Amino acid sequence: MARMRLWPRDLRQASLRYSAFKIFTEALRGNRGWQPVWREPEPKPSYDVIIVGGGGHGLATAYYLAKNHGLTNVAVLEKGYLASGNVGRNTTIIRSNYLLPGNIPFYEHSMKLWEGLEQDLNYNAMVSQRGVLNLYHSDAQRDAYARRGNAMRMHGVDAELLDRDGVKALVPFLDFDNARFPIQGGLIQRRGGTARHDAVAWGYARGADQRGVDLIQNCEVTGIRIERGRVVGVETTRGYIGARKVGLAVAGNSSRLAAMAGLRLPIDSHVLQAFVTEGLKPVIDIVMTFGAGHFYVSQSDKGGLVFGGDIDGYNSYAQRGNLPVIEDVMEGAMAVWPGLGRVRLLRHWGGIMDMSMDGSPIIDRTPVEGLYLNAGWCYGGFKATPASGFCFAHLIARDDMHPVASGYRLDRFASGAVIDEKGVGAQANLH
Amino acid sequence: MLGDADPVRPDGMEAGPQAMFDYVYQRTNPAGLVREYWYHGAGCHAWLVVERDTRTHAVNGVKTARDVTLARQRGGR
Repeated sequence: MARMRLWPRDLRQASLRYSAFKIFTEALRGNRGWQPVWREPEPKPSYDVIIVGGGGHGLATAYYLAKNHGLTNVAVLEKGYLASGNVGRNTTIIRSNYLLPGNIPFYEHSMKLWEGLEQDLNYNAMVSQRGVLNLYHSDAQRDAYARRGNAMRMHGVDAELLDRDGVKALVPFLDFDNARFPIQGGLIQRRGGTARHDAVAWGYARGADQRGVDLIQNCEVTGIRIERGRVVGVETTRGYIGARKVGLAVAGNSSRLAAMAGLRLPIDSHVLQAFVTEGLKPVIDIVMTFGAGHFYVSQSDKGGLVFGGDIDGYNSYAQRGNLPVIEDVMEGAMAVWPGLGRVRLLRHWGGIMDMSMDGSPIIDRTPVEGLYLNAGWCYGGFKATPASGFCFAHLIARDDMHPVASGYRLDRFASGAVIDEKGVGAQANLH
Repeated sequence: MLGDADPVRPDGMEAGPQAMFDYVYQRTNPAGLVREYWYHGAGCHAWLVVERDTRTHAVNGVKTARDVTLARQRGGR
């Protein structure tokens, strides 16, 4: 029977598949049968599609180009090593608790992809739907959260408004009677949570590679070649590579890459810091955000408490921040959870964000034919990784915006159809 | 920090939508030297124009925003 026959490609696929059975048989064979997770190919002279940027979004885009659209003559070009940028620098939180119509369907699509990601990729991304709790500290903030929760539920997203006792049952160790910021309750999305950020990139990389995508590391794009208004390829540190279509997924450096194509973007690059403490026994089993300052916390499976806060507020490409924001985050931590004063901070680091002028991303064509842009993720890029790749692949393959990402147009700033979740206007460091 | 100090607001009565869009939304965002407005809140409460490298955070020089604006006006802009 034809369907029983295993072709060489199928055999390779079968031998690469991870399973409990495979761990068992490899253990018996001294673990000598494991293969590299992806190939290290030399760049071909040209591709149908080149994705610039081997981070989460670029790798996810390549994966969905191959899986959903059958495009496998694809290369991902990465200037460093795969996942060396923000996908390995974020605080690993996944959620879809947005307010505005342009955002909710997109992030909920992402949430649904997260829920099936590990089975889809055959890779353990450690997706943990432990719940994301946003605290409120005043009547006005409660009303704003109730509005947000209602907007989410109207779009079919789970949301629950907790009173003070409801919060106390989850995180009893907080300072509920803080004189300035008493905790009145919280808005919780129980389907939100965390995922192992590196594994997400590695899983997408492996999935794309197995479908024939070339992942090319240490290959920095230094120019974009355009002939008669149409992109024809990219100059790189490993030579010229031709392409019918080029997609930019280089958040943090979008303005620099766009400038190679003669474009200016509504984006400023800012540094965002993150922090991790020494490892502790399990103390907090949800993601918790302080509502009266910039501080949020979750606990990694290694035991470290992962903190996040606000951007530093000045343009930067340096991937490192300064002390005032570190102090601000620690003050927030101490205000809401005084017990943290006993914990030592282990590491902190910075990543470069594309801060767009309305706080929302861009997934769109550009004025250059064949050049596509995935940018402007501000500090919400990680949770968006699956849907970003899904919708960017859809756009590149079909030249048509995916319905859930139809608001993320590049021309929305000129037309006035901005998606300003925070309502602060065209001031990038306030989003 | 208010951002890039180089763009000059177009005259709202004269400029078209494209000029206003460029001024309000578009950014050069270079990796390298920038001139940007900072407010010296912890000191003299003056608005400053700081020349800074976005790759290293090194500060090359500082002028008061007033001096920069006066120089710009004398330059006919």
